[in-house]
Amino acid sequence: MKDLFSRSGQAVVLFLVVAGIIALALGGYLNFVSTGVNTALVSIQSWISVRFVTVQDFITAPRDAVSLRQENTALREEISRLQGQILQYQRQAAETQALAALVNFSRTNPENVYAAASVIGRDPSPFLHYIIIDRGSADGIRRGMPVITDQGLVGRVDAVISNAARVQLITDPASAVNVRLEKAERDVILVGSISGDLTLELVAQDVTLEVGDIMLTSGLGGGYPPDLIVGQILNVRKRDSDIFQQATVQPVVDFTTLKIVLVVTDFRPVNISPLIPIP
Amino acid sequence: MRKLVVFPLLMLVFIIQSAVASRMSLLSGAVDLPLLFLVAWALQERVEMAWTWALVAALYAAFFSALSPLAYLAGYLLLVGLARYIQRQVWQLPILAMFTVSFIGTLLMHLIAFAALRFYGSPMTLEDTLALITLPTLFLNFLAAIPVHSLMRDLAVWVFPSEEFV
Repeated sequence: MKDLFSRSGQAVVLFLVVAGIIALALGGYLNFVSTGVNTALVSIQSWISVRFVTVQDFITAPRDAVSLRQENTALREEISRLQGQILQYQRQAAETQALAALVNFSRTNPENVYAAASVIGRDPSPFLHYIIIDRGSADGIRRGMPVITDQGLVGRVDAVISNAARVQLITDPASAVNVRLEKAERDVILVGSISGDLTLELVAQDVTLEVGDIMLTSGLGGGYPPDLIVGQILNVRKRDSDIFQQATVQPVVDFTTLKIVLVVTDFRPVNISPLIPIP
Repeated sequence: MRKLVVFPLLMLVFIIQSAVASRMSLLSGAVDLPLLFLVAWALQERVEMAWTWALVAALYAAFFSALSPLAYLAGYLLLVGLARYIQRQVWQLPILAMFTVSFIGTLLMHLIAFAALRFYGSPMTLEDTLALITLPTLFLNFLAAIPVHSLMRDLAVWVFPSEEFV
């Protein structure tokens, strides 16, 4: 009986203690205890977690690096491919733009028949200013035909094979083009040079040359059709002691970036050399 | 059969010269790849057909260029003759021989081209030619001389293998 009372008493005391603790906890009197315990637990968990993650990273990092490298390589390949496409599109856009300009030119100048050609090379000799185009006798190109762009005169066909032709630029040292000065209304000769500069030569002293004067082909000599824009005067060299004055000419065509040209296929050059008296 | 490589190789060299090298100019000069390939080939000791290369190069040059074919023919033949002579004199120093023949060869070719153009009436002065074309070309030729020489040495080994390797 005494044992029974003793065990019941212990149970009651235990119940009262637990109930008291719960009551104290619910009443907020044990917050400082729970906070301290929680803080300690969280700290311990954080410490363990950080170490675990570090160890996990250490173990799994090589695998990630490999996959990252693969991904990086794939992305780089993609970038290279896209950059290649961009370049291709830019080239096509530039080509289309050039062709559109040439089509526009041929529409606004319907008096002639044109054949478009791409520039595929230059003369191997640095002494000569010639280009090679990808149209030849099979396309109706003949020797002596003028070559132009939408900007102005380029030169004339010098030699032809079935599917290519060589064009002498007006900047070639052996080139001479009869041009007409728009303001002065005089015909003069424009010659090239090894440096690619264009010069007006044998201009009489009484001719008024002004910087910026536009010059067109005169058609004299039969080598070129008239009224093609050639360039404008860049500077004038006039000395009283000289018989003639000279002028440097800025061509309207940029010969270093020639890509597409037009050949005037319905122009037949006239060879007047038999008519020139031999001294 | 390997000796026939002259035809496609020189054609390729002239195409690259016309399509690429001529557009990469310094002042008015540009690297002269056909000249360098011809010189490098003629300087190889084991090469037996350098004169044939000169003839083929002149043929191709006449096809590509507006300059007189005779000028190219004379220039390339003189170039090969000079290279063979120098090769016998300084055979232990192939790079020096390459530079020497490239230098003299460039001057020679330009002199012939200048004379030919003046003969046909092109108005040009020697001073302009030297300053605008020859000096830049010499510089560019020097830059390209060593890689071209290495390439042609390997080609010569392939075309004319030594007996111990056969």
